Amino acid sequence: MGLKDKLLSSYIALEDHLEDDSPLHELRSKAIKTFEAKGFPTKKEEAWKYTSLNSLLKTDYSIFPKQENAIEFKDVKKYFLHEIDTYKIVFIDGVYNSFLSETTHDKLDVCLLSSALNKSKYKPIIEAYFNKVAKDDSLTSLNTAFAKEGAYIRIPKNKEVEKPIEILNFSTGNEGAVLLQPRNLIVVEENAHVQIIERHQSLSENAVFTNSVTEIFAEKRAYVDFYKIQNDGPSASLIDNTYISQDRDSNCKVHTFAFGGKLIRNNLNFYQNGEHCDSTLKGITILENKQHVDHNTLVHHIAPNCESHQDYKGIFGDASTGVFNGKIVVEKDAQKTDAFQQNNNILVDDKATINAKPQLEIFADDVKCSHGCTIGQLDEEALFYLRSRGIAKKEARALLMYAFANTVLESVKIPELKGRINKLIAKKIGVNLGFNV
Amino acid sequence: MKYTEDDLKKELETKEYEYGFYTDIDSDTFPIGLDENIVRAISKKKEEPQWMTDWRLEAFRHWKEMVEPEWANVHYQKPDFQAISYYSAPNKKPKYDSLDEVDPELLDTFKRLGISLDEQKKLAGVAVDIVMDSVSVATTFKKTLAEKGIIFCSISEAIKEHPELVKKYIGSVVPQRDNFYAALNSAVFSDGSFCYIPKGVRCPMELSTYFRINQAGTGQFERTLVIADEGSYVSYLEGCTAPSRDENQLHAAVVELVALDDAEIKYSTVQNWYPGGKDGKGGVFNFVTKRGICEKNAKISWTQVETGSAVTWKYPSCILKGDNSIGEFYSIAVTNNYQQADTGTKMVHLGKNTRSTIISKGISAGKSQNSYRGLVKISPNADNARNFSQCDSLLMGNSCGAHTFPYIEVKNKTAQIEHEATTSKIGEDQIFYCNQRGINTEKAIALIVNGFSKEVLNKLPMEFAVEAQKLLEISLEGSVG
Repeated sequence: MGLKDKLLSSYIALEDHLEDDSPLHELRSKAIKTFEAKGFPTKKEEAWKYTSLNSLLKTDYSIFPKQENAIEFKDVKKYFLHEIDTYKIVFIDGVYNSFLSETTHDKLDVCLLSSALNKSKYKPIIEAYFNKVAKDDSLTSLNTAFAKEGAYIRIPKNKEVEKPIEILNFSTGNEGAVLLQPRNLIVVEENAHVQIIERHQSLSENAVFTNSVTEIFAEKRAYVDFYKIQNDGPSASLIDNTYISQDRDSNCKVHTFAFGGKLIRNNLNFYQNGEHCDSTLKGITILENKQHVDHNTLVHHIAPNCESHQDYKGIFGDASTGVFNGKIVVEKDAQKTDAFQQNNNILVDDKATINAKPQLEIFADDVKCSHGCTIGQLDEEALFYLRSRGIAKKEARALLMYAFANTVLESVKIPELKGRINKLIAKKIGVNLGFNV
Repeated sequence: MKYTEDDLKKELETKEYEYGFYTDIDSDTFPIGLDENIVRAISKKKEEPQWMTDWRLEAFRHWKEMVEPEWANVHYQKPDFQAISYYSAPNKKPKYDSLDEVDPELLDTFKRLGISLDEQKKLAGVAVDIVMDSVSVATTFKKTLAEKGIIFCSISEAIKEHPELVKKYIGSVVPQRDNFYAALNSAVFSDGSFCYIPKGVRCPMELSTYFRINQAGTGQFERTLVIADEGSYVSYLEGCTAPSRDENQLHAAVVELVALDDAEIKYSTVQNWYPGGKDGKGGVFNFVTKRGICEKNAKISWTQVETGSAVTWKYPSCILKGDNSIGEFYSIAVTNNYQQADTGTKMVHLGKNTRSTIISKGISAGKSQNSYRGLVKISPNADNARNFSQCDSLLMGNSCGAHTFPYIEVKNKTAQIEHEATTSKIGEDQIFYCNQRGINTEKAIALIVNGFSKEVLNKLPMEFAVEAQKLLEISLEGSVG
């Protein structure tokens, strides 16, 4: 039985546990029908031209984890941003772990989607926001059909959250291969500020396939700073679908640090629905072995006077594959749009591959849109300069690579996180940089 | 009087197709529709040898199994391939010795197009192989070329007289089953040009072909094959205009270029098929497959000025097979009213130290859609490959669209790729700057548009630059000085 059939029959099992009359039920059955009709995407689809899911679909995943797995804090401490105080929402094999988490309902909601879906007091919010910006492509629909658990964050008007919020998804591998489908809903109300860090981490060699959907609503003048850390084991794969709806004067930033995993696909979608929105999409990708990372971004400029900035850097070693598929759409009414997209790549080894597809679709005339894409090597002259000053080749290369990625790193607003990513980069490049930033 | 961008826009919209006249020449036209018998009949009509008939039939069998591509960013009513007549040739087909013998009406057509054979013979030094409704009518300068050993004739003549060359190279760059339209063309091509430059010969003049679609309801299926043998050089020009017609006409051409070791081919096109009326009715469907292959140290350079056609689907490509080979692509695409263009190039780097340059300029006005679609592919063995791409779009008015779809695939770490794309309109500050220096708005727009496309216009051969300017004027009159 293929994974698709297994999912379809699992849905029937899931349906038995659901309330019949809930409006969500209707949403789910519609979503599963969409998934049934579309199936898993194949390379024949333009958006999936360079990424094949075939290697993931052969595994027999367990879809509903049977037992509650516990882990010790000391074993996973290093995955937390433990240097500072944070709110934490921790899931183990898709199940909420209250022991490791630190949630709140005091003035702001940092809690669980399951309670938001089931408690009547959250009903208006769920009705207003849930599945409102997510699109009905096959993988998102699959997630919608099975959506049970995930983070629910709501920041009320004018609230500036004093500490970052961490969302951590652990998989223990105790039950063999597992398919996880977390669903996050984040509502940031007028003039509220929030910083969120999201991480997926597998703790064993067993295969993990995560199909995650995150919906973010940034209302008037809201400020959202979102960091995705993707540094997972060689058997973990992730499909991250993030949808961001921006209201006027809002500012949203998403940083994606893709350092590891078997296959990662980031579908990052921004919709600028009001004037003077500012969107920033940045990423650093450093890969080795046979890793595959696909950044698929969309910035949809719907309203006038908005800005978007994209900057993705990639360093590809061994037989890794990097894909960048960035799309900027400027609608007819979105005059005075300023959209910029940049994608720079360095190929380190012979077997590495880069496929880039930066696209512009522009229907308005008074706009400033540009994109640039480069693929090249480290500058030999710069390398020579450093070496002539007594810096070993390896360190010199590392310094240059570090400098290459630095434009993205610079805009990380949480110092501890920045330090952490610095360490990750140093480890990835395989040297001690000899300085702390 | 103040000339503003709005005036320009209005002018662009109301601009009628200048070359929309119809020459009344008897044609013998085949019954409409397409099956194996028609393919055989075309082949027979052209007195082709058996191998050619078989080749066509093989292509036809592939074509029957293919479906029309839908990936391009264009929308149109698909042509009914059974409602087209696949062969049309001017009835009188004498071999001329001098221009006097040419049908006066035909000569008049060329006069109105601004092409005087005499003039070109004497002044420009251009040998023109005129293709009028698919059959080659007149070839000039054949003698001069023959002395150098250059073969420049219609492809049907080449099939008869140089079968060894045609057999060896036809379909070697664009195979029969390459794509839907190439397969169709391979099955039913009526005529086209053939050119062979022998080893070490530098072609002394620009070779040129003018195309016209003339008969209502006939598709134009040109096949061009240019072979530059080792160390040779040729510059080939292709230009076309077509009369106004309300029903869509299909143009599915195939151009194959073969540049052997150390050879250089420069291929320039000015395309000005009928773009359709202001309401988006009619116009030519231009589905063209153009591709060249470069052997060692060879160079192929494509230059195109695309101003016409209702729907354009065209990607002149280079396969850089030999080491140190060079591919270039320079393009200006102008769309207006309801025109749709999806054009660009493919640079496939296979050899070491291969280089390619892509400069694409898109200008969209009215309600048109202009897309650049390009592929740069560096294969694992293409060490030190280098590519530079630049795609700029200029938008006039906010009912049009400009799109960029570049594909970059790199499998070699020594590759160096740069891609850059911008979209803008003529800036108010740019016009203000010119005004401030005493240049009126009309001149300023002319200056800016001219400057915008100069990089590409400069690449056209001298003899052709005038024609190109003329055709650009038709689309953007008042803005090009």
